[in-house]
Amino acid sequence: MDFFLEVLTGGLLAGVMYSLVAIGFVLIYKASGVFNFAQGAMVLFAALTFVSLVERGVPFWGAFALTLAAMVALALLIERAVLRPLVNRSPITLFMATLGLSYVIEGAAQALWGAQVHGLDLGIADEPLELGGMLLSQFDLFAAGTAALLVALLSFLFNRTRLGLSLRAVADDALGALAVGIRLPRIWAVVWAVAGFVGLVAGLLWGARLGVQFSLSLVVLKALPVLIIGGFTSMTGAIVGGLIVGAGEKLAEVYLGPLVGGGIENWFPYALALLFLLVRPAGLFGERAIERV
Amino acid sequence: MKHATFRRVAALLVAGLLAGGAHAANEQYFPLQSYRVGPYAAGGTGFFGGFIDYLQYVNAKGGVNGVKLTWSECETEYVVEKGVECYERLKKGLNGAPAAATNPLSVGIAYATLDRSTADKLPLITINHGRTDSTDGSVFPYVFPLQLNPYSEVSAIVNYIGQKSGGLDKLKGKKIVTLYHGSPYGKETNPILELLAKKYGFELTLIEVPHPGNEQQSQWLNIRRIKPDWVILRGWGVMNPVALKTAKKTGFPVDHIIGNIWSNSEDDAAPAGDAAKGYISITTHPSGTQFPVLQDIKKTVIDAGKGNLADPKRFGNVYYNLGVVNGILNVEAVRLAQAKYGKKPLTGEQVRWGFEHLNLDDKRLKELGAYGLVQPLKLSCADHEGGGAVRFQQWDGSKWNVISDWVQADRKLLRPIIEESSKKYAKEKGITPRDCSKES
Repeated sequence: MDFFLEVLTGGLLAGVMYSLVAIGFVLIYKASGVFNFAQGAMVLFAALTFVSLVERGVPFWGAFALTLAAMVALALLIERAVLRPLVNRSPITLFMATLGLSYVIEGAAQALWGAQVHGLDLGIADEPLELGGMLLSQFDLFAAGTAALLVALLSFLFNRTRLGLSLRAVADDALGALAVGIRLPRIWAVVWAVAGFVGLVAGLLWGARLGVQFSLSLVVLKALPVLIIGGFTSMTGAIVGGLIVGAGEKLAEVYLGPLVGGGIENWFPYALALLFLLVRPAGLFGERAIERV
Repeated sequence: MKHATFRRVAALLVAGLLAGGAHAANEQYFPLQSYRVGPYAAGGTGFFGGFIDYLQYVNAKGGVNGVKLTWSECETEYVVEKGVECYERLKKGLNGAPAAATNPLSVGIAYATLDRSTADKLPLITINHGRTDSTDGSVFPYVFPLQLNPYSEVSAIVNYIGQKSGGLDKLKGKKIVTLYHGSPYGKETNPILELLAKKYGFELTLIEVPHPGNEQQSQWLNIRRIKPDWVILRGWGVMNPVALKTAKKTGFPVDHIIGNIWSNSEDDAAPAGDAAKGYISITTHPSGTQFPVLQDIKKTVIDAGKGNLADPKRFGNVYYNLGVVNGILNVEAVRLAQAKYGKKPLTGEQVRWGFEHLNLDDKRLKELGAYGLVQPLKLSCADHEGGGAVRFQQWDGSKWNVISDWVQADRKLLRPIIEESSKKYAKEKGITPRDCSKES
């Protein structure tokens, strides 16, 4: 039983890390209906920029501020160069644009900062912590706390500020929002900048865990089933989806894996997501699209 | 007037072409299927950086008996299809300079171009990796898994664990876990490990980590439950630092993890920070810049501002030094082949002969300034691997330190298995193996 609980807790904590990436997707999807495939590349870009600045002697918070500025600049550039020319195009066109964008950002990050792997130390010890007979990771607990704080901040932004009201208005009805004077390009730029900030936080935590390297952009593959299960439009959904995926894949690997030769952690979340798609296509917390035909 | 101008331009073009032709007539070409972007760029930039710097160094010394070495790169991003496309694009040589050999540094690309290399009579070099049965040159005349094939790798690791335990007979009852990358590369050595477990009586558990390996909590919790004496890490890329970090997180001693040949670079250990301190891995070539050949490269290439590395701090790291070692072996093959076929640019078929007759003893390695960097190596028609020995190194938190002498694989044990596999391949492909006793 102890072992089961240990696997379950480890899985839930790993799931929070997936949620961190998924939140970036939700932000952009909520505000513009775009599934931003470049979110993983943004995570890589942010982490690589941060670590390269630190290695060049910039202090931690200075590097954080400069990277955030770079992410905002990137957001403005994306809005101006990619989204604005494609306004009113179909969602699939915008999706393809973000797919291309991900390659551009990945290439640019490597061209700018080099291809080598960097270590990233956030100063959080990763000694195992024994709680009730279970070994827990201090780092994972810190990551879970960070994710909770991030969700609280974003919820405040969305629900308690004037900007959040504009964001929700655009998400509900872009044309209606335009009609009442909300400037769509500004909203998009803000959303992409906030997604850049989320990418930076995710990049730092994932980078501290994996090392800052190209594989950071692959963490999006873990976020996809999270989004399908939790729903594309809900931050709560991203958190719950992450927890389900994290716990599900770990338990499956340990208890089902040996029966089928192991190594099922990669596809199991997708199988789970497929089941959810059949039963609840909009995800647990997603908004059901109702269209007049 | 127009005619005169035309004649002048034509004359210049012809002269240029002739000059170019004359230039290429004394050049030997290396087609490089390199990867400098994408997930494995850290390995690619280091390896191809070292390889190119060594070629530049040889050129600075006058080439190979006056024959200049030339190369061009084609980006594969470690993608098999791109690797094949690059192979087809580069195999014919460059400006008349014939191709010597291909060195893709990718198991996938090597497998995909293996038959083509044989058909095109162009050696395929898979240093420290590739198909194990290609060690048998009677069936694979154009493929060279130089220094170390995957079976030798695990055999040497088990021998080392035996040494540490007080003898191979003490392995009985020990528990060894192999944590392997979920890919054909990762699985390649599982049958041999099972065979060694049976032979020496240790308890083996094989645990797969799905690609890319950025999450290993469940695997390491399993390992904690098994409580093994040793863990063999057969990783690649991001899987390695994550394994070390998760090992620490779950309380497994890192100095009882032994990384294989693709888990042995600075890029595998450094990103894990303190968690990697004490981690052991194998190597065929130590990192460091103290070897005379590297000092010469520094003087003639790096200090002259011609180095291929974007970040000169990587000079002398594991991937870079592997590139230099690969350069030494390629150039030695060309040199040997020139001794037989003449001091001129050679065809792939002729260079193949050079590879098959490589014989680097301590004396020759000292002459090359590579004593201690490259292991003594003797190839033949039947043996395209040549070495089969590794040394062990330990990470101290900032660099690798060599902690053992050469540990030899049990090649006698492995040979019949290799031959069985190569014979099966020959039968499948309708290949009549060469009679190595008649080869000279």
